[in-house]
Amino acid sequence: MRAFFDSDLWWSFTRSPVTVISAVVAFICIAGAVFATWLAPHNPFDLASLQLMDAFKPPAWEAEGDGTYLLGTDDQGRDVLSAIMYGARVSLLVGFAAVAFSTILGVSLGLLAGYLGGTVDAVLMRIADIQLTFPGILVALLVDGIVRAALPRDMHENIALFVVIFAIGISNWPQFARTVRGSTMVERNKEYVQAARVIGRSPLSIMLSHVLPNVMSPVLVIATLSLGFAILAEATLSFLGVGVPPTQPSLGTLIRIGNDFLFSGEWWITIFPGVALIVMVLSVNLLGDWLRDALNPKLR
Amino acid sequence: MSLLDVKNLRVEFPTRRGTLVALDDVSFSIAPGEILGVVGESGAGKSMTGAAIIGLLEPPGRIAGGEIRLDGKRIDNLPYEEMRRIRGRQIGAIFQDPLTTLNPLYTIGRQLAETMTTHLPIGPGEARERAIGWLELVGIPAARERIDSYPHEFSGGMRQRVVIALALCAEPRLIVADEPTTALDVSIQAQVIALLKSLAREKGTAMMLVTHDMGVIAETADRVAVMYAGRIVEIGPVREVVKHANHPYAQGLMGSIPPLDRRVDRLQQIDGAMPRLSAIPPGCAYNPRCPQAFDRCRVQRPELMPAGATDAACWLHAP
Amino acid sequence: MLAFIISRLLQALPVMFTVSLISFAMFAYVGDPVAIMLGQDYTVAQRDALVRELGLDQPFFVQFGTFLGNAVQGEFGLSYRLSRPVSDLILERAPATLELAFTAAILALAVGVPMGVYTGLYRNSWLSRFFLTFSLIGVSLPTFLIGILLILTFSVWLGWLPSFGRGDVVQLGWWSTGFLTWSGLKALILPSITLGLFQLTLIMRLVRSEMMEVLRTDYIKFARARGLPNRAIHFGHALKNTLVPVITIAGLQLGGIIAFAIVTETVFQWPGMGLLFIQSVGAADIPIMAAYLMLIALVFVTINLVVDLLYYAVDPRLRIGRGGH
Repeated sequence: MRAFFDSDLWWSFTRSPVTVISAVVAFICIAGAVFATWLAPHNPFDLASLQLMDAFKPPAWEAEGDGTYLLGTDDQGRDVLSAIMYGARVSLLVGFAAVAFSTILGVSLGLLAGYLGGTVDAVLMRIADIQLTFPGILVALLVDGIVRAALPRDMHENIALFVVIFAIGISNWPQFARTVRGSTMVERNKEYVQAARVIGRSPLSIMLSHVLPNVMSPVLVIATLSLGFAILAEATLSFLGVGVPPTQPSLGTLIRIGNDFLFSGEWWITIFPGVALIVMVLSVNLLGDWLRDALNPKLR
Repeated sequence: MSLLDVKNLRVEFPTRRGTLVALDDVSFSIAPGEILGVVGESGAGKSMTGAAIIGLLEPPGRIAGGEIRLDGKRIDNLPYEEMRRIRGRQIGAIFQDPLTTLNPLYTIGRQLAETMTTHLPIGPGEARERAIGWLELVGIPAARERIDSYPHEFSGGMRQRVVIALALCAEPRLIVADEPTTALDVSIQAQVIALLKSLAREKGTAMMLVTHDMGVIAETADRVAVMYAGRIVEIGPVREVVKHANHPYAQGLMGSIPPLDRRVDRLQQIDGAMPRLSAIPPGCAYNPRCPQAFDRCRVQRPELMPAGATDAACWLHAP
Repeated sequence: MLAFIISRLLQALPVMFTVSLISFAMFAYVGDPVAIMLGQDYTVAQRDALVRELGLDQPFFVQFGTFLGNAVQGEFGLSYRLSRPVSDLILERAPATLELAFTAAILALAVGVPMGVYTGLYRNSWLSRFFLTFSLIGVSLPTFLIGILLILTFSVWLGWLPSFGRGDVVQLGWWSTGFLTWSGLKALILPSITLGLFQLTLIMRLVRSEMMEVLRTDYIKFARARGLPNRAIHFGHALKNTLVPVITIAGLQLGGIIAFAIVTETVFQWPGMGLLFIQSVGAADIPIMAAYLMLIALVFVTINLVVDLLYYAVDPRLRIGRGGH
């Protein structure tokens, strides 16, 4: 830990006020989401506590606002602030899970392509090239659509969350794979790998122990920047109504629900989840940008 | 009267860890039609001097003191627009790498013509004719056919000829040539230098020839200035400096030229390395490496002073 | 020139082939088209007849060949959901999407490039800092939120602009255009800003970084040393060199407009292909999804080709021949 605070990374972190603020904001978002059960003023999913009388309350500072509902209530009398905290939990869960999935998939395929070379490499990289021709969100949308169509209708509700994670994860693997493949190919031709073969050790195992540490920083950078993308992708899918199920609303779902009330004047139902989403993604992106510059100035 | 007069020029680079002095107290002059060679190790400030004269120091570098006069008129403090009219028209420049100094997306004819129409009262048609003339003059074969070619269609040596044509086409009175042959094949270097020299002589153009190649200087220049750690340590007629250098550093530099007339087993070399700009020693900057250094060298900095047929900044020649 | 185009077309073939294979696999293996088309009650004989009629009893590659043959003629069968030919549905919706995407692309380029040039040239002016902050927020703002915020401001609060639909359209043959009526143009404003904003910020940042890179090059320094006026250096020499990489990436980014059109069309209930597609995803309407996928692939391949041709036009180093070494 001492070593960490002495490091260049920590030094460059403290030198950038924007980054420090982003980190604090990101931390608050994550903490608020993870501990929503304890921190949220209300439980938006506890049907017993919902009061339809309290529906459509504006934020507390407006004339008709109610002090117990800081950011107002929605059409069913749910507290918007609490719904945001619970929703952020779903958004972050999908975001982290999707990034973890694409990291594992991308790193493994990248290692495989770089180590085996030849046809496997050519095929994998060609697929990556083709996929990278299309925007990530489109790929996620298509995968999501295909998986939905392939599965029987009554299963949708239960596995929708996994479908979204899978779709977003799939749409993002080529970035990881390309980076890891490059490093792997460099390592593969080094002498110690050849030597390992001679003394009968599996070159793959010792290469892994050399390649993985080398690719850690770029992978970390790509993962951080991907988190912003994944959260936005989930929000977009949910907004379009093909994301997480309505029983587990994410920020995107909340925005979609609130969107219906935009014209009747209840703007807070959709705007506050929107602001929460922007703040979350912006802080993650700023952290990612800083991390990229701090870890590797050459990586653009 | 001299064409270019540089007096006590000082160039500074403000950095986070304090101000670096890249050029300090640099003074020299160039007469009309004269070729002044400037030699020294990389980082000695040769190119920096050239950049300061054409008014194109890379920010955050800036002229912090002294003055530069062209024809008696100060040019170091001119507004950008006035200095721009002088660049190309009065002072031409040639850079090191011909592969990167030409815009890859414009034909060489266009680049020549735009330089001329910017500075001379001629129209596009006249400019094109003159461009062909310049290309012939610098030795591009079939100039009329090749004027609409792009830079990548020429070899390195040919491209440097185009660069020379570009530097000369508005007929400036002074050329600042910054290592014009360093990036070229050895076999072509001599041709390009010979071309540069003959054109300068023919047009009566003065030239400041920056290089680290003493051979080039000896062959081309009338006078030579030797730079070390941001200062001129010796300046004088080329023959004198090559044969009888008076500053120990210049002596060492000349000793590293392989003589053509006799065999030597080992070339002389100077021990150590030039100090970084952030760590220039007090006194004479050369004192830690100087075999003849004495107490005064370590405390007091020498100015240029007459020494034999040249001027040298060395206490050995103190009156 | 011709050889160049042909080689680029050959490179596009594998992409189109892969996408067709995916589309076909969706058709053949996802869901049960026979059950969907026959509805609840059917006999085994009816089912067999339909299987034969659709060619589903043929080997894989025969089916794929038939699919490709039909696809080339724009034939993708009937929509499961709307029971109408997919090609008709898409053709009806195409003008709306293309007009929206075109307007958004023009907006992104016409505003993004000058902003990028400005911020690249005057790095430290307060306007540049403002543009940069704006672009950072632009990149982090999801398209649908931009749309919602614009609707809230300009439709709900100010009441200036319509929030949904295309307004009045004029039929020109099979093409319906909103460009020719006042209400059509008004309806286009918010959706095209929504769709173009993200690409605009991307293009601005891209042009800015390329511009800064180019300004550091030797040939720009040499152009200064030749005493050329700043206008010629910045907007001639520097901008033209900036365009080379910008064309490639901006071209691909503009392709993203088609993808984000799905979101924009949903927010503004814009009757285009994207809205049709998202409704099809919700309803697992495979023929429309497959057709849309292939259409998108075609659009991207075309954009790539156009980008290559532009590149060829701008950069003489790609043109071979004419002496030299």
